Amino acid sequence: MTTELTELLITDPDADQPQTNCPEAGDRATGPRRDVRGFTAAQRFDLIGGGAAAMALATLLFGWFAPLSGALGWVVVAFAAFLGLYVLLVSMEADLQEVKDRLATVLFASAGVLLFGSLVFIVVYTLTRGAEALVNLNFFTQTMEFSGPLDPLTNGGIGHAIVGTLIQISIALAIAVPLGIGTAVFLNEVGGRFARFVRTVSDAMTALPSIVAGLFVYAALIQGLTHERSGLAAGIAITVMMLPIIIRSADVVLRLVPANLREASYGLGSSRWRTVWHVVLPTARSGLVTSVILGTARGIGETSPVLLTSGITAAMNTNPFGGPMISLPLQVFDFVRSPEPNMVARGFGAAAVLLVLVLTLFLIARALGGRAPGDLSPRQRRATLAASRRDEQRFAKRAATVPTLEGSPHAA
Amino acid sequence: MTNSTILANPVQTPEVAPATIAVRPRRILSRESFGDLTFRRAAFGAGIITVAIMLAVGLFLSLRAANALGTVGWAFLAIQEWSPETNTFGVAAILFGTVTIALIALVVSVPLSIGTALLLAEVVQGRLRALLVSLVDLMAAVPSIVFGLWGVYYLQGAIIPAAKWISIWFGWLPFFAVTDAEGRPFTEASAFTSSAFIAGIVVGLMVVPTQTSIMREAFARAPIGEREGAFALGATRWGMITSVVLPFGKGGMIGGTMLGLGRALGETIAVYMIISPIFTINWQVLKTGTNSVSALIALRYGEASEFGLSALMAAGLVLFALTLVINFTASTIVAKSRSGAESDD
Repeated sequence: MTTELTELLITDPDADQPQTNCPEAGDRATGPRRDVRGFTAAQRFDLIGGGAAAMALATLLFGWFAPLSGALGWVVVAFAAFLGLYVLLVSMEADLQEVKDRLATVLFASAGVLLFGSLVFIVVYTLTRGAEALVNLNFFTQTMEFSGPLDPLTNGGIGHAIVGTLIQISIALAIAVPLGIGTAVFLNEVGGRFARFVRTVSDAMTALPSIVAGLFVYAALIQGLTHERSGLAAGIAITVMMLPIIIRSADVVLRLVPANLREASYGLGSSRWRTVWHVVLPTARSGLVTSVILGTARGIGETSPVLLTSGITAAMNTNPFGGPMISLPLQVFDFVRSPEPNMVARGFGAAAVLLVLVLTLFLIARALGGRAPGDLSPRQRRATLAASRRDEQRFAKRAATVPTLEGSPHAA
Repeated sequence: MTNSTILANPVQTPEVAPATIAVRPRRILSRESFGDLTFRRAAFGAGIITVAIMLAVGLFLSLRAANALGTVGWAFLAIQEWSPETNTFGVAAILFGTVTIALIALVVSVPLSIGTALLLAEVVQGRLRALLVSLVDLMAAVPSIVFGLWGVYYLQGAIIPAAKWISIWFGWLPFFAVTDAEGRPFTEASAFTSSAFIAGIVVGLMVVPTQTSIMREAFARAPIGEREGAFALGATRWGMITSVVLPFGKGGMIGGTMLGLGRALGETIAVYMIISPIFTINWQVLKTGTNSVSALIALRYGEASEFGLSALMAAGLVLFALTLVINFTASTIVAKSRSGAESDD
């Protein structure tokens, strides 16, 4: 501390002279602004030309010159040829650094195209193969109770699995949401040594493989207590899996709440509880909703904990406390174990329903949240503006009724 | 202590040692209100319940697994067979299969995710970037059974010619060879189905979104000043990436890769649908037959006796320990790196 003080007191002997030399701009021309992102027409032609030449070369090799065959091989050969030709084209008028830069950009773009292409392909493949079953309305309303593997697709459906999924995820949410958000509030607003321990334990639990969570519920609850598989057991298995995910993401969201909001609330004299309820949680609401919905999407799609705990049935069961209750992912798994084409089609149909459910949840999460605390949507901003206008008018009205503040003891 | 506090207290007290003027938080002497007390207790209760559930899982697994582990001892890690009825069971082959599948998954996923993360962080701009970033997050939520279906009904058929080609041309590498018991190379397609290679590709695609989003966040945090400095010195974009973004995002890259590895090790249903389980160590990754801990649990839990279940729990515990070590290493690396130092997650 003392050193800091003395450092402040010492005056620099050369303080009068400017420490940085700023050359006069003078008559030196400013160079052209370098564009590090854009594409010129010539660069575009390099891309198009390289691509066309590579495809032609690959087709020649595969059709006439070499004993090669197969679509996958054609793509690989064409891509390799494209990289070579593109480097050649670029190097005709650019130096080594720029060739490297352009090659790297092309490689990044290829990685992106490959990744997004295959992921979109997986989704589209599931939806198209499921369409055969999905066009029949009975697929959504009936159960498989009176339908065998050889029955046509106009008979039987996955109504029982949809209901089972909804019941199981409701049980899981009823336990995991209060507990998860309560724990996240505890980690952030109460704190202390125990909170650090809780955070470590819940971080460790995110590493728990979901099948092990299922195995735990199977051994502890089903073998130890109830002796039958049920929707409740499946819900608890999903809870064990979802709880760490919700805690972790809610914790991150709560940590983003600006500390000065809390301090302002304390400064106005509100208690801890009121600060949490009226300031912290409303500020973080959209993020919390998002974290819960994303946890739900993960929980709905998990097959492995349900595989061990819910049991497989073809009939509708709305009682989570007794009897097996199947869910969508498990129903998919059960359908595709049969070699019958109709059962496989039903499996893809159920997978498509599951996929649409998860994607819808995700889109809702995106629409509701994904905003940082305090980052308002235009509509929220208008509402806040209107509220503060009302406050201003109220204050003005009140100031008009109270004669004058001068002379009152509170004025100072 | 900041300079302003020192300057704000210009009281000359030379006899007071500097240590005693240290600022301490004010002690609050008033009693908590009823509402606050209830809130604090409720929050504490939520924390205790959470820890209790999680410790119960850990303790229960360890206690039940202890029975099986006590019977075979350390040989559990060395035995390849799995027959708890005759007291010879171990995870050597299963763990080998699990790790092979996860490593193949990484070989597929790491180049893809680094490339895509750099594409998202450095190349594309504006609306397209926002769209692609949410697409990546969306893909992380696609259920694993959907990947499994795709792997079994589409990829398996499409990839076998490629697997065959690799085994013919690179068969001199021991793990790419596909041979029968006498060492003669197989060429029929049936020898290439249900292999660790196919399972690895599917699991790899499954973990790419997780890895990509962690890496992209690390890359996007690279300081703008250093980026502009590199550009001002004449670097191309690739030069800027190699000299600023990659060194800065190294922690995120390693951490993201390891988190993906943790997920790949624990993946159950897609692997279970694709592989055909065997209980010997199979070095030939392109050949039919491999195994994984979670697939073993899914396969055997139903028929297991009390002791068999205990053995399965021991296997699950080994897997949990492995993923736990990997996850903690990953989060430590991310937290210690420059890109993770400013982040909260």
